[in-house]
Amino acid sequence: MQWILDLSGGLLLIAGSAFLLFGGLGLVRMPDIFNRIQAGTKTTTLGTILILAGAAFLNPQWGFKLLLIGLFLLFTNPLSSQVLARAAHRRGGDKSPKATVDRLAEDLPDRRSRVRDSSASGEHL
Amino acid sequence: MDSKLDSRLNDDPGAKGGTDGSIETRIKHPLRDRAVLFVTLLLFWLMLNGTLAVDSLLIGILVSFIITLLFCSGLSFFTEFRATPQAFAAGIFYYIYFFKQLVKSNFKLAAIVLSPSLPINPGIVKVRTKLKSRMGRLMLANSITLTPGTLTMEMDGEWIYVHCVTVESTNIEQATAQIVAGFESYLEVMYG
Repeated sequence: MQWILDLSGGLLLIAGSAFLLFGGLGLVRMPDIFNRIQAGTKTTTLGTILILAGAAFLNPQWGFKLLLIGLFLLFTNPLSSQVLARAAHRRGGDKSPKATVDRLAEDLPDRRSRVRDSSASGEHL
Repeated sequence: MDSKLDSRLNDDPGAKGGTDGSIETRIKHPLRDRAVLFVTLLLFWLMLNGTLAVDSLLIGILVSFIITLLFCSGLSFFTEFRATPQAFAAGIFYYIYFFKQLVKSNFKLAAIVLSPSLPINPGIVKVRTKLKSRMGRLMLANSITLTPGTLTMEMDGEWIYVHCVTVESTNIEQATAQIVAGFESYLEVMYG
């Protein structure tokens, strides 16, 4: 019975590491920061969850805490990526020549003026 | 401060323009939200510790209380959750759908990264959500980030700006149907 747990735990660890490897490859190959963040977020989320699951199989009494860590990761990982992407876009520059459309930049003058209006009237955005 | 918030709540949240994008305008129950945040934090701490010893319990209460005071928007996992059987069922289906999408997105990304030509067509599109609650929108933004080829960049009220590795449609309705609709149907039942 123990060997089934060990085997599936090991396979989960390998699968998780493989996804993390693809994520690393994505960081190198993708042309601009937004695509890099995409590669980084998805693979680290699933990769780390698979590794946590593998650890849970190898050491079942850690299971509950590993589940909590996975849940925490699931919420914070995409959030930090989103904030990074937003900051990068606000700073401007470093956009891939392949990029086709940018609705956010198109709407930016409108948004800027609204921020100015609301700060002038004493509200904070 | 609360009365000012209440007066602003009556504005139509769907109206274009105005400052409906700011979080403060949608807080309906500041005290209850904070209580929920406090309880969630304390539960998380207790589950991580796995003990009810007095010293760890006191530290947990103290730290949870300080964090609750610092985070004035008081948003946590169960804030605005509709505690109905339908919401719990939708939550379970949501997580099944979500993990399916997460696995799919990883394989899609691996395929892109491993192919020599790097077949991408990146761009930022604009989509619209029907969700009104803060937690529902947060979950939606997070879900979009973890689904195949999409990354939430900016939220502005009901508008979400999404970066796509491969842009399929720049039309708002079509992009919304492709990117948002799948998760929205579950989150609408869970949070509204």
